[in-house]
Amino acid sequence: MGSQWVQFVASGLTAGAIYALVALGFSIVYNASGAINFAQGEFVMVGGMSAVSFLAMGLPLPIAVLLALLAAMFVGLLVEKIAIEPARHAGTVTLIIITIGVSLFLRGLAQLVWDKRVHALPAFSGDAPIHLFGATLLPQSIWVLAGAAAAVAALSWFFGRTLFGKAMLATSYNPLAARLMGVNTRTVLWVSFGLAALLGALGGVLTAPITFTAYDSGIMLGLKGFAAAMLGGLGSFGGAVLGGLVLGLAEGLGAGFISSAYKDVIAFVIILAVLFFLPGGLLGARRIERV
Amino acid sequence: MAHAALSVSEPTAPGSRRWMQPRTGGLALLAGVIVLLPLVMRNNYFYEIAILVALNAIVCVGLNLLIGYAGQISLGHAGFFALGGYGSALLAGTAGWPVWASLPFAVAAVGVLALLVGRPTLRLRGHYLAMATLGLGVIVSIVLSTEDKLTGGPDGLSVPPIVLFGWTVQGEHTWYAIVGAALVGTVWLALNLIESPAGRALRALHGSEVAAQTLGIDAARHKLRVFVISAVLAALAGALMAHYAGFITPAKASFMHSVELVIMVVFGGMASVFGAVVGAAVLTTLPQVLTVLKDYEMMVFGAVLIATMVFLPQGIVPSLQRLFALSRRR
Repeated sequence: MGSQWVQFVASGLTAGAIYALVALGFSIVYNASGAINFAQGEFVMVGGMSAVSFLAMGLPLPIAVLLALLAAMFVGLLVEKIAIEPARHAGTVTLIIITIGVSLFLRGLAQLVWDKRVHALPAFSGDAPIHLFGATLLPQSIWVLAGAAAAVAALSWFFGRTLFGKAMLATSYNPLAARLMGVNTRTVLWVSFGLAALLGALGGVLTAPITFTAYDSGIMLGLKGFAAAMLGGLGSFGGAVLGGLVLGLAEGLGAGFISSAYKDVIAFVIILAVLFFLPGGLLGARRIERV
Repeated sequence: MAHAALSVSEPTAPGSRRWMQPRTGGLALLAGVIVLLPLVMRNNYFYEIAILVALNAIVCVGLNLLIGYAGQISLGHAGFFALGGYGSALLAGTAGWPVWASLPFAVAAVGVLALLVGRPTLRLRGHYLAMATLGLGVIVSIVLSTEDKLTGGPDGLSVPPIVLFGWTVQGEHTWYAIVGAALVGTVWLALNLIESPAGRALRALHGSEVAAQTLGIDAARHKLRVFVISAVLAALAGALMAHYAGFITPAKASFMHSVELVIMVVFGGMASVFGAVVGAAVLTTLPQVLTVLKDYEMMVFGAVLIATMVFLPQGIVPSLQRLFALSRRR
């Protein structure tokens, strides 16, 4: 019984760490633009698929992973310049539709560049399972958790210690005031997309050895990441991490003890319950509408 | 966005003739197009597409009332669409009801469901509302594909045809007449609703909910009513689609289908009933045309969507209306 718990908690946390990375991407773009980027899941896919390709070219795994992250970041920066920047004065709904267009475009492109098959990346440090408290853990799970933790640490250093990070935070609080203080909010939006793509791709690369990757694997991951960001409170970084982990844990335990067929439903039932009782998310600010 | 919605859908300026108004002129134009279209439709394939366009347009006109007029987004309407289809299919097929009873019952049941889930959902705003409706849609979609004993699972369910007084509704021409009439009825209903005090209340809500409430508008009730209307229209179209195609799959409830419906509304132009019809027509036909591109289809569709929203952020019909109004003023 006890070992079962450890098993489900471990698999839940592994999935939760990935959701947290995707959710962070949603929050960063939301803070810079006020819009939900529905192409966030596609960055996860681009990361995973490019790593598979670079590896197939004969590059060593660490180099392939690094190049995949850079490639996804490049895609994110390009997307912002071509599709988002020209429409940055449009309403939020228009921006959302544009990001949906981007996600369709990237998915269609992925079908051409790669194919419609499912690909796997080899585990970073072998497949020999680790035995812990009677549960078996894949070494890749450790990589996922460590990678996500490192990313969160790097982000908190970036937002807390660097000038540009602080400028990005200032933009999220009040874009006009930030502009008056000399912050170039257009650059902030541009960098936000790059950063969000980088985080998404990191999630994609870390999870590709476990859950595999395909041209359409970004859809569900994107939705779960969105749900995680919402659960924690949109725009809150701590909330994104917490939301991701809570969602992953609930899913892991639910799939283990209730029904694995309804694993994907659990996340959405939880988010609905939370929204109905805490409309601002777990850590979200209580906002008041001004007339 | 809010003020654009107001100006675009405002009744025509004083002095313009009555037949120019959308409620009379636009409706006559739509009916004319539907009646005359068979002159240029050469084979059943054209009819099939026209039927799909009309069914999508029915959903979009309803969804546009919710998104364009009341300003409440829904990313889960495919769920209502599929529930209407599955409901009528299961009652008529598995339970053996006659379709004249199963279809209205299924549609009404979806309306009651929308009433129940709408109450807590519509208290949410913006992205939170988007998330909640998305969640509802995803739940419906997963339940439909998992409960395979009842629904046939991911492979889908075959649906019996509509039989009225011993006469089986079949053939593209008959179906075209039915969905065409249903579309005209839907548009007429929507236009009347918009011009009624309830429609003005909705637009006030879109502008500012708090301001509307201080003017004595029961925001929650108005939002809930238009949510239920849009869900019922989606369910109606879903049920008609199921009986027409003779088949339904859980893909009809998918997130992508919900997104497609919202895209049609925004693409055609929010807060424009005819925009919703045009959006449905263009985006239903486009993939049919793009099938010649085979593997490039999804990519080109995405690119067309991005380009349209970048260059015509108000959607096709309102942007063209504005252009037309500008050129006349000169």
